[in-house]
Amino acid sequence: MSAFVAQGPVIPDFGEGSDCVTENRLFCPDWVRDNWSDVIQPALIEHVKLVFIAVAIGFVLAFVLAVLAHRFGLLEGPVTVFSAVVYTIPSLALFQLLVPVTGLTVTTVEVALVGYTLLILFRNNLEGLRSAPPDVLEAARGMGYTRAQTLWRVELPLAVPAIIAGLRVAIVSTIALATVAALVIPQGLGYPIFLALREAFKTEIIVAGGLAIAMALVADGLLVLLQRALTPWARARRTA
Amino acid sequence: MGPRPEDGVIAADLGVFSDALQFVVDERTLILEKTWEHVQLSGAAIGIALLVALPVGAWLGHVHRGSFVAINLANVGRALPSLAVIAIGLAFLGIGFANVTLALVVLAVPPILTNAYVAVDGVEPDAVEAARGMGMTKGQILRRVELPMALPLIFAGIRTAVVFVVATATIAAVAGGGGLGDIIVNRAAYGLEGVVGAAICVSLLALAADFVLGLVQRLLTPAGLRAGVHALEPDVTTGVTRL
Repeated sequence: MSAFVAQGPVIPDFGEGSDCVTENRLFCPDWVRDNWSDVIQPALIEHVKLVFIAVAIGFVLAFVLAVLAHRFGLLEGPVTVFSAVVYTIPSLALFQLLVPVTGLTVTTVEVALVGYTLLILFRNNLEGLRSAPPDVLEAARGMGYTRAQTLWRVELPLAVPAIIAGLRVAIVSTIALATVAALVIPQGLGYPIFLALREAFKTEIIVAGGLAIAMALVADGLLVLLQRALTPWARARRTA
Repeated sequence: MGPRPEDGVIAADLGVFSDALQFVVDERTLILEKTWEHVQLSGAAIGIALLVALPVGAWLGHVHRGSFVAINLANVGRALPSLAVIAIGLAFLGIGFANVTLALVVLAVPPILTNAYVAVDGVEPDAVEAARGMGMTKGQILRRVELPMALPLIFAGIRTAVVFVVATATIAAVAGGGGLGDIIVNRAAYGLEGVVGAAICVSLLALAADFVLGLVQRLLTPAGLRAGVHALEPDVTTGVTRL
């Protein structure tokens, strides 16, 4: 204890910045190493969660609505108009518009993100379900399929390309929009981007921004692979 | 259970649109100034993107080469988060108009280039054949046959890019690019009515730009091709990352 006192006044250790960091050079690997587990990794995980929840809810909603519209001719007009109107609101404004209603919460962000996915997903799901050629439907009926069986075994598989095309657009745009969500909640990759923009701290901007871009590209690539796996007949036709 | 909004907040929120319109009227000098910045920023980005993307896309389509690059460029471009692109541009180039313009160019090039490629590449081979039979040179074929026939699709790409850039230029405010985003990100100074008012202006600006381009497209389309133009409106599902 006395040895401790003898060292003189205690200066809190904020973690000494390296030369690279204090000079704000373009990219400092040591900063990334030091801050990966505290700053970057949590933001990355939060970002994935924000996007996943939004696209999952949006997809379920859009799918149910598309099936309703396709099978029973219900709600197509209202859903299209509502989602198109939401789509024209700039995200920076929509997030702030929702704050008085749902507060500075994850809910605010998710509501806005789900709203933006609806137009794309609903349209593509519906177009997909409608894309089955008449003679194929005829054949299904000839084989004795009920309407429900036709939907699940014929129309749905044929809709997969359009559905996945919609998911690709929805996911990459949600990844982009979720960066803006940092205006409302301190979560996701947008948060370090906004903080670093304020200080013009280059390393953090490049790491967080680069990860957001990489995430979008990886997600897009994975969905292409998923589509290939789900529609083996498309490849067979191409090679034939 | 999070903190509930105070009574009346939600009701007041419905009145926010009239407040926003009031804000636009009261602060018209500010709005006009920021709108002009917004137009300059978007215009510069679109102009540069056109100069880069149109010749490359049209030429690739003309020679029917590079489909892999041209098509995948659109997918990659669509996947780029604008905020991240602008932020990274800032790290390399510093704060300001030039940086933001460049980031917007990066985002505007893919839809223009890909549509130009697809449009010229997809021109009826019979028409090109006929033109060649009439003794047209390659340059004449491109200028007098392929480009006019490709015009509707080329314009669809340009319009997608313009709407996208006008909306995304809002983000420019966080990187010192100016424009209507300056008001939208500064709720502390302008209040919710300012945020909403500026957002309405951004939407109107995007719609107006789209409308004007539609008129230009009609003027440039040869009379014989006009009938089919409406079928080729830009399709939301193919495209725009909304910001």
